[in-house]
Amino acid sequence: MTVDTELDLTAPPGASVGGAVARMVLRRVVGTAVMLVVISVLVFLLTYLSPGNIITNITGIHPASPAVAAQLRHQYGLDQPLVVQYGRWLANFVQGHWGESIRDQTPVSQLFSERVGMTLLLCGLAFALAVVVAVPLGVIAAVRVGGLVDRAITVTSVVGLSAPAFATGLLMIYFFAYLLPLFPPAGSGGGVGGQLYHLALPAVTLAIGVGAYIVRLTRTAMVREMASDYVVFARARGVAEKRVVRAALRNASVPVVTTSGLVLSYMVGATILVESTFSLPGLGSLLQGAVEFKDFAVVQFLTLFIASIIALVMLGVDLSYLVLSPDWRRSSLQ
Amino acid sequence: MALVASLAVLGLAAVAVVLGNLLFPGATQVDIMNTVLPPGSSGHLLGTDQLGRDVLAISVAGAASTLLGPAVVAVGSMAVGTFFGLLAGARGGRADFLISRLTDLLLALPVVLLAVVVSGLFGASYWWSVALLVVLLCPYDIRIVRSGAIEQVHKPYVEAARLLHLSSWRVMYRHLLVNLWPLERTNLLLNYANAIIAMSALSFLGVGVQQGTANWGRQLVDGEQILFQNPMASVAPAVLIVVVACAVNLLGDSINGDERRLGAR
Repeated sequence: MTVDTELDLTAPPGASVGGAVARMVLRRVVGTAVMLVVISVLVFLLTYLSPGNIITNITGIHPASPAVAAQLRHQYGLDQPLVVQYGRWLANFVQGHWGESIRDQTPVSQLFSERVGMTLLLCGLAFALAVVVAVPLGVIAAVRVGGLVDRAITVTSVVGLSAPAFATGLLMIYFFAYLLPLFPPAGSGGGVGGQLYHLALPAVTLAIGVGAYIVRLTRTAMVREMASDYVVFARARGVAEKRVVRAALRNASVPVVTTSGLVLSYMVGATILVESTFSLPGLGSLLQGAVEFKDFAVVQFLTLFIASIIALVMLGVDLSYLVLSPDWRRSSLQ
Repeated sequence: MALVASLAVLGLAAVAVVLGNLLFPGATQVDIMNTVLPPGSSGHLLGTDQLGRDVLAISVAGAASTLLGPAVVAVGSMAVGTFFGLLAGARGGRADFLISRLTDLLLALPVVLLAVVVSGLFGASYWWSVALLVVLLCPYDIRIVRSGAIEQVHKPYVEAARLLHLSSWRVMYRHLLVNLWPLERTNLLLNYANAIIAMSALSFLGVGVQQGTANWGRQLVDGEQILFQNPMASVAPAVLIVVVACAVNLLGDSINGDERRLGAR
């Protein structure tokens, strides 16, 4: 997306709508950049603030001789000033040199590429499943607001929101791998079919939490739209209810889409739990293992990577809203 | 209906929290003669786990460590959120800018991810993870209190108090606070449910509770290993976590009516 940020930024506030949009875009972009820098500093400092030092993590319980320690310190650049180390680390990160896992001397990029597919597939399946089921449920609840169906859907969504992913995952395993042995309880299968088969329970588990969230968002947004004047007016003119609902849904989708950053953020957390419950080799279990082992290169990379993705998605959502929203378009034409 | 059911669940949970250790004093005692007994064994209605501990007893005894920490998290996060939210909302200016940016920063990151990384690397104990969760969950409260305070701060009663030359601290933390209380009260239960979920997620990932402690999250991860021998060892704590978190959320819902805050989590 190209946004003209050169647009008259020196103009006083309210001088032109175009300028206001540009200023707002610029502010969001700069804000996101600053936030990412702060996060990267924090992530970098994790190594220094956490107890124990890197040398003892590498050498294990055997105390290293001063010469070996000095050599290791030099090898990992630890004898440089902190600012230099940070600069070098960040430059490497941006260029795709993500360091090496101290646990098994594998490049982080290799670990990442081995596992990212599993996590993407899991999240993609879960998200698709959640949207397909949750949006219609939210609409049905909103159309019959206050009725029995609405109450049933709302209470069910509360259950979905209250159930942590590992608890639902475990109950899934109990019901569909133990009582009714339909699905494998853990692990990942070979081939496309095997993988999908192994991902069925994890994806449903992840979809329950995400779906419950989307049901609530959709319902709230739809209730608001269905109570607005244009709906009353359309009904008064005798427009078919189906068309009214469709128009309302399109307007209701704006707040639903703008919260997708939060949905993504929730999914990242839940994925860690789901992968752990079902012993799936994805990014979440990679992170968990790396944290346990104090494998800093992996932890730092994954944390900064995930934070960057979330920040960029939130930025993208905000900007697309600014650019695409009819209100903004209309007012900038005037 | 939902209200009565959730009150009943929370009443039982409260009894378990208070009396759990009195009712089952030996709940965490290891009994290597009776490991992994299936449900329905004599004297062990829900069987035993791999250390021979009775699942029913340890589940009741585990209520305290599963539910007390999150209560402290909810109250602590509300207190911190009120302090900084009022400061940002009522003072504005530089304090507002600084607090709002910090809040944005924390909100941009998934709570579970941060909690796992920080408490995992620093080896957090139970109360340290409580403190950590206060830090991670308070941005939501800061945001709510801040917007509430901004709404209130231009009302006549605040201007009147200012005209009387009451100190701004007194105006903020006494006059404004009274009017923000309904907002916070409705948020407290939601916080509590989220804290229960987050805290048990941490213990599920092996952070925050010592091995051998009676705790639902801990039981779940231990019990998953013997799922096929005694499923109740993990199903019981899973159901308990879901049921209690549901009860808290439903209670919050019926108190708040429909205007539940959606941006949470």
